[in-house]
Amino acid sequence: MALLEIKNLTVAFDTSVGLFKAVDGIDVSVEAREVLAIVGESGSGKSVAMLAVMGLLPSTATVTADVMTFEGLDLLRMSPADKRKIIGKDIAMIFQEPVASLNPCFTIGFQIEEVLERHMGLKGRAARARTIELLRLVGITDGADRLGAFPHQMSGGQCQRVMIAMAIACNPKLLIADEPTTALDVTIQKQILDLLVSLQAEHGMGLIMITHDMGVVAETADRVIVQYKGHKMEEADVLSLFENPKSNYTRALLSALPENAVGDRLPTVADFKFTDETGAAL
Amino acid sequence: MTTPVLQVRDLKRDYVSSGGLFRPAKVVRAVKGVNFSLEKGRTLAVVGESGCGKSTLARMITLIDNPTSGDILIDGDKVDASHGVTKAMRQKVQIVFQNPYGSLNPRQKIGEVLAEPLLLNTDMPASERRDRAMAMLIKVGLGPEHFNRYPHMFSGGQRQRIAIARALMLNPSFLVLDEPVSALDLSVQAQILNLLKDLQDEFGLTYVFISHDLSVVRYIADEVMVMYFGDVVEHGTRDEVFSNPKHSYTQTLFAATPNSGVEHIKARLAKKAALAAAG
Repeated sequence: MALLEIKNLTVAFDTSVGLFKAVDGIDVSVEAREVLAIVGESGSGKSVAMLAVMGLLPSTATVTADVMTFEGLDLLRMSPADKRKIIGKDIAMIFQEPVASLNPCFTIGFQIEEVLERHMGLKGRAARARTIELLRLVGITDGADRLGAFPHQMSGGQCQRVMIAMAIACNPKLLIADEPTTALDVTIQKQILDLLVSLQAEHGMGLIMITHDMGVVAETADRVIVQYKGHKMEEADVLSLFENPKSNYTRALLSALPENAVGDRLPTVADFKFTDETGAAL
Repeated sequence: MTTPVLQVRDLKRDYVSSGGLFRPAKVVRAVKGVNFSLEKGRTLAVVGESGCGKSTLARMITLIDNPTSGDILIDGDKVDASHGVTKAMRQKVQIVFQNPYGSLNPRQKIGEVLAEPLLLNTDMPASERRDRAMAMLIKVGLGPEHFNRYPHMFSGGQRQRIAIARALMLNPSFLVLDEPVSALDLSVQAQILNLLKDLQDEFGLTYVFISHDLSVVRYIADEVMVMYFGDVVEHGTRDEVFSNPKHSYTQTLFAATPNSGVEHIKARLAKKAALAAAG
């Protein structure tokens, strides 16, 4: 049984100019211990699909799906109270802007302990000890001294580490990372990617990496879904995607990588014509 | 020999934090003596991680911040900050910032954004300013219908085109591009890089291109300068630096850059399978 199984997911937003479908009939399934990358440009609906799973979309969004299950539990028909027991505990998410996703008014120690208290019932000394251990796991070795630090006193890379510590605090079975390294430098990006992949392997988590960076995909993923304008363009294991891309769109994305430039100009995605999996033009 | 467009000699910048009653003032040496000269029509890429002083360097050569010591020569003329920078000098330098969402005034129409440099720096009549702005809009790949729109109606890539157009309105000697594509998607990034190359060919522009993305640098740069904690640790032509990185920090940067080669993916997957089998 797949860890997370989604069939025919559609997310529509009610806008002033009518209904806008951000995600249009997407299937996603993730096995335990698997790294799935969802690639696409901005506006491809890659984040929206995962926000729908987390239940973090605004009320203007309508989410419909034939199936949306986590470990066989139906996320669509679950009561909000039951869902809150899963979200944040068994399914955790990391966001793109680490500095903006932490609360600037509270210390990082308080924010991590809050997660532990809410989901695991840990308090006081036990919570503090676990927090220091979590910080050590994500590579902040002087965790005991850092508990009292506010987000603005830490660098972007360190804030992202704190976010990861919060996300893995309850040993989630599935971790969703939404562009976790886009705001970071290459050297810090490498550290964070290595950290995510090693945590994933050690704890046997499923990991969904949402990204627009083909380099990040090449460095982390087992399997890849390529998305464009809310449609799935291609799904393949990472090697065959890079070796032998099936869809025109994937080829376009790969050829837009500066390191693949032939001659003086970069081909852009607009130079290609696309169809989705069924052959309909987009 | 022709005069280089931009020459920088032993440029330094210190930031001094205010001390308290019991705390001495701290001095951060952001840039510790940078030397280079750049010929017309060339692109110099400045590479380094955040905090290495590359943006401080950019702010000094665009005459936004004064250097603590050292000289900047633009078209052979020395910039003398103590007597104020002249308008003519400022017109020679323009900058494009990283974040296209923050660098355009949300209440200004695009036509006004583009015409404003002319309004402030020249005594051109309004009709000519409009014509120039319109011509530049078309040059950067936008249409006449965009002239009266506001910044929020544009995508990130289009906004970056507008920022580039604004920077070119005064025919600057050189353009400083501070991470111009790092906020953009891959395919939009390709469009902007193509645009920059086209404009360089057409107007013989000189670029100082600041980036931490080595694959972009390799595509666009003629010369590469690597900075680390305020020092220049490596400076050479693109081929020298990329084929034979000498400094250990440059090698670290190369190792950290994601590799999308098929061989590399195979090696990674094999390593992972071996680990899984052992564990």
